Amino acid sequence: MTAVVIGIGNEFRRDDGVGPAVVQRLAELDLPGVSLTVTDGEPSRLIDLWAEADVVVLIDAVRNDPARPGKIHELIVDRPVGGLGGTASSHGLGLGEAIDLAVALERMPRRLVILAIEGADFSAGTGLSPEVAAAIDRLVDLAAREVGTALPR
Amino acid sequence: MTHRNDRALHVAGLARVEGEGAMHIVVSGDRVERVELEIYEPPRFFEAFLRGRHYTEPPDITARICGICPVAYQMSACAAIEDACGTDAGEAIWNLRRLLYCGEWIQSHALHIYLLHAPDFLGYAGAVEMARDHRDIVERGLALKKAGNELMGAIGGRPIHPVNVRVGGFYRAPSRADLLQLRDRLRRARDIALQTVAWVGGFDFPDFTHDHDLLALSRPGTYPIERGDLHTSTGERFAPAAFEEHVLEVQVPHSTALHARLVGHGTYFTGPAARYTLNSQWLSQLARDAARDAGLGAECRNPFQSIVVRAVETLYALDEALRLIEAYEPPKPAAVDVPIRAGRGYGVTEAPRGVLYHRYDVSADGLVETAKIVPPTSQNQAGIEADLRRFVQDRLNLDDENMTWRCEQAIRNYDPCISCATHFLDLTIDRR
Repeated sequence: MTAVVIGIGNEFRRDDGVGPAVVQRLAELDLPGVSLTVTDGEPSRLIDLWAEADVVVLIDAVRNDPARPGKIHELIVDRPVGGLGGTASSHGLGLGEAIDLAVALERMPRRLVILAIEGADFSAGTGLSPEVAAAIDRLVDLAAREVGTALPR
Repeated sequence: MTHRNDRALHVAGLARVEGEGAMHIVVSGDRVERVELEIYEPPRFFEAFLRGRHYTEPPDITARICGICPVAYQMSACAAIEDACGTDAGEAIWNLRRLLYCGEWIQSHALHIYLLHAPDFLGYAGAVEMARDHRDIVERGLALKKAGNELMGAIGGRPIHPVNVRVGGFYRAPSRADLLQLRDRLRRARDIALQTVAWVGGFDFPDFTHDHDLLALSRPGTYPIERGDLHTSTGERFAPAAFEEHVLEVQVPHSTALHARLVGHGTYFTGPAARYTLNSQWLSQLARDAARDAGLGAECRNPFQSIVVRAVETLYALDEALRLIEAYEPPKPAAVDVPIRAGRGYGVTEAPRGVLYHRYDVSADGLVETAKIVPPTSQNQAGIEADLRRFVQDRLNLDDENMTWRCEQAIRNYDPCISCATHFLDLTIDRR
């Protein structure tokens, strides 16, 4: 049984840094058998990180309109998502494409849980907005519980 | 997707907002009036953010500008700081930097070729649709990219935002054994790269060429990656320190990114096609032969063929990585001392997307007083717009949907780094 927690984000874009911040907190808990990683969300890297895993928890900030900063959405992904965050980008692909690509390539983890947290401020700079910072404890609990139930005690 | 808490979530956009872009085309009757590529450009923020930081910090801070090419930012930053302090890191360290940089070229080019650009040529909306029909091809692309990631991981400490790079060199030099064990995987990746060149060489390319000037590093005897002087296709040559005398950045109203011009020449391109055109003779024999077999001449002025150049450069980077590994002895020490010296320094390297310029002023107490960063995409923006104007003008008979698709394909030719200069490409066509 393998468990992976992936924090997606860029700590130089304020609330986008919440994924890495949660991973940093989880590292302090020293969870046995859980690999922790921070990445930028580029699909091929995500697929490499999760393809062999049984349980994957992915933490990412999202923009919502209207925003409820700090609100956590827990999504269990078990099928193609068809355009989650779909873009016509000339440069990068998003999480939605990563999932759809992994499904097409049959490289999805057994269970993929996304903890999406609504951010308030994605401008350039460091530091989380207070609402998002206040949600970190809850995100750490949710992630630890998810990987904890997957591991032998 | 299961919404465990039973509430609808309207995700307007996931939060990797390193940059956003849009393109506007205004057509009046049978004439293209305006083509504007709108780019929101974060490096200006980083320039401000760097002021007052310790002179050892720019490689780590600027690496965060772009998730795709952090090594480029680290290498240009190290070169500029060392230049300011009057220190040369020495050949062994420069060779290890070149090897790390090969990893970044491989993973960046493989991503662009397989997941972003090839679907355009094969009539797919994107990589996901292509993967459903051609799983083997996409797997091949991912394997190629992974070889680059592994090379970066072995030297940089991890595949994204390498943590092993510092001013003066590296925190720790990999052992010879660490690198030798990569050889088999790199050789397999080189075979894939060879197949890739032949595959993309067989695509259909629209008949379209440009006559803009080209700018690339050049270092006779070797294909330019981590250092060199600047050369242009009109024959000018200048050192990194003279970059701002030759490249003029001008503000344009429709974009926060500055447009660049070559003084006395105007619009120019930097990037793989420019590098190839100015330096193809310095490619390895294997890469030169593959380029010729794929139909590339000594220069490349059809932007649609940039995918072939990227494939050739990927092949070269693998060939070069294997050569560097064979010759590798760990630099001792892994980093040279870079004593603080007040002064100005310049660093120019070839990011996967082209010339990346850094300039820093360092104070006597070792703080960054000013920083200037000119990424490849902002240099290319004026050229992209000029090319698109002409491209659209010849295709006004297409309906909006087809036109949008062709324009997106055309924009992808230049692989604009929207992380470092557009993430969402909203294209609007205003027909009057």
